[in-house]
Amino acid sequence: MSKMNATNHRWRKAKNALMQTLTLGCALLAIAPLVLVFYHLAKSGVGAVNWDFFTKLPRPVGEAGGGMANAIVGSFVLLGLAALIGVPVGVLGGVFLSEYGSSKLNWWIRFAADVLNGVPSIIWGIVVYALVVVPMKGFSTWAGGIVLGMMMIPLIMRTTEEVLQLVPVGFREAALALGIAQWRAIIQIIMRTALKGVVTGVLLALARVAGETAPLLFTAFGNRFWNHSLSNPIAALPLQIFTYAISPYDDWHRQAWAGALVLLLIITVIDVSVRVLTRDRFRKTA
Amino acid sequence: MENVVKVETLVLPGKLAQRKWGDRAFRWLTLLMAFSIFALIALIGCELAKGSHIALARFGWRFLATSDWDPVNEQFGALPFIFGTLVSSAIALIIAVPLSIATAIYLTELAPQWLRTSLSLFIELLAAVPSVILGLWGIFVMVPCLREHVFPALRTALGFLPLFRGPIYGVSILAGGIIIAIMIVPIITSVSREILRSVPGLQREAAYALGATRWEVTRIAVLGYAKKGLFGAVILGLGRALGETMAVTMVIGNRPEIAASLFAPGYTLASVIANEFTEATTDIYLNALFEIGLVLLGVTILVNVAAQLLLKTFGGPGMKPQN
Repeated sequence: MSKMNATNHRWRKAKNALMQTLTLGCALLAIAPLVLVFYHLAKSGVGAVNWDFFTKLPRPVGEAGGGMANAIVGSFVLLGLAALIGVPVGVLGGVFLSEYGSSKLNWWIRFAADVLNGVPSIIWGIVVYALVVVPMKGFSTWAGGIVLGMMMIPLIMRTTEEVLQLVPVGFREAALALGIAQWRAIIQIIMRTALKGVVTGVLLALARVAGETAPLLFTAFGNRFWNHSLSNPIAALPLQIFTYAISPYDDWHRQAWAGALVLLLIITVIDVSVRVLTRDRFRKTA
Repeated sequence: MENVVKVETLVLPGKLAQRKWGDRAFRWLTLLMAFSIFALIALIGCELAKGSHIALARFGWRFLATSDWDPVNEQFGALPFIFGTLVSSAIALIIAVPLSIATAIYLTELAPQWLRTSLSLFIELLAAVPSVILGLWGIFVMVPCLREHVFPALRTALGFLPLFRGPIYGVSILAGGIIIAIMIVPIITSVSREILRSVPGLQREAAYALGATRWEVTRIAVLGYAKKGLFGAVILGLGRALGETMAVTMVIGNRPEIAASLFAPGYTLASVIANEFTEATTDIYLNALFEIGLVLLGVTILVNVAAQLLLKTFGGPGMKPQN
């Protein structure tokens, strides 16, 4: 009897060890693509990134050299416009979810925001095409900024709500007990306390839309030159990477790798700074 | 805090009225912003319906069931794209689901503490890689590798199945499925991780107290408890898979045909929009593309609603509320 128990026990322990290794293997396999992508970006991208890349316009086919200065600037212009739209709407909406509203209504708003987050980005692109590009009779920076801004709204709304919920109820009660108006309490006390968290949410949303290509295809459209007006098409890094990647020219492929490396660096920098910010926040509240 | 309220502002009746006014205005402003979510959903639906009304009237339900895609003769049927989207997403799920759930289990239940943080960091970084960069890597690294090594090996090993027969181009529905799998692994993993984490510790402790090993605790106490939520995570991944655009467009081959072989090029709903939208010269062509968008939107909304319902309602005694 006890012998059977012992073999049974050994079998169970073996199974435990087996599952540990198996799931570890799966975890390593899951991150393998990341390692490979980073490796190839470094291998093919680093050589192509040089001073010209950041300062020069794209050259015509056949001429070597040139850069993506206009696309880098364009991406930041688009992100700026997007923030102008996405941040006020998203943050104030998040305030409503956290501070006002019945729990039933809020459930529906949250639900709708989460579903909206799942709408494919290409769909946003054609919607803004119909909404902005067709009436304005042309692709424009506006359209590109608007589409990215719209995509940021549900993202920012959800994170803002989450961080405002972290502010202790005592802060709200203390403010109201002093007789301060609720809206001022929200802006001056609750929002200020949660400011870091709100900024984190905004940065995460920016990092997320910074790499979007599909919605820009028929809105910002891309441009091989400098953009001088918000009603003209503008270049963006992801768009430029896409155009160069599917082109048949070796030189353009090299530029695409360089562009991808720079784009990934921008996104990683935002991501890492966010991580530093949040780590700080949790340490303080803990 | 420097937010000291002056006492006299509290007593003056004029100020009181002003305050009430400010409160009301601010409340309405935030309400309006929160409701923009519903407005956006309505806007998306309306614009797509408006943009596709000619095609809707002309093709009706036939649009979903025919497979001609001939802009020159103005014949449009979405079947090859629906087929391509479903098959590539199915491949992606077959690869990604076991991988991500096992990873989530390892990260929450089995891994030593020091490994948990660094592995999770990698997963989150993978989630941040833009689709277009993965596509670039797909074109120049993954597809050649598949063409030279993986596909020929698959053909010799599994060639008795019609799925793995036929000429090998590299760009193919299988390549598309693999790249989608890479894209959805981080999403399914991180949502599953949150779900496993929200399983109450008491469940685990009870199982440990009965003498269960670590794996048995996971299997009996954790997985049984979190089943519904994990299913929600998978459905959420499916939603992303269906709508994935850039990376797929770059490796799937973009040919509107329905083939039995996974080595054959395909086309998806999202990538036909990405490729042909700016080339659509006639009204009916553009309308057909809008209708493709409408189909894609309908499917992804349904899938996402299902996923959110599962994620928001799963749970049992002692479960932390999800939102």
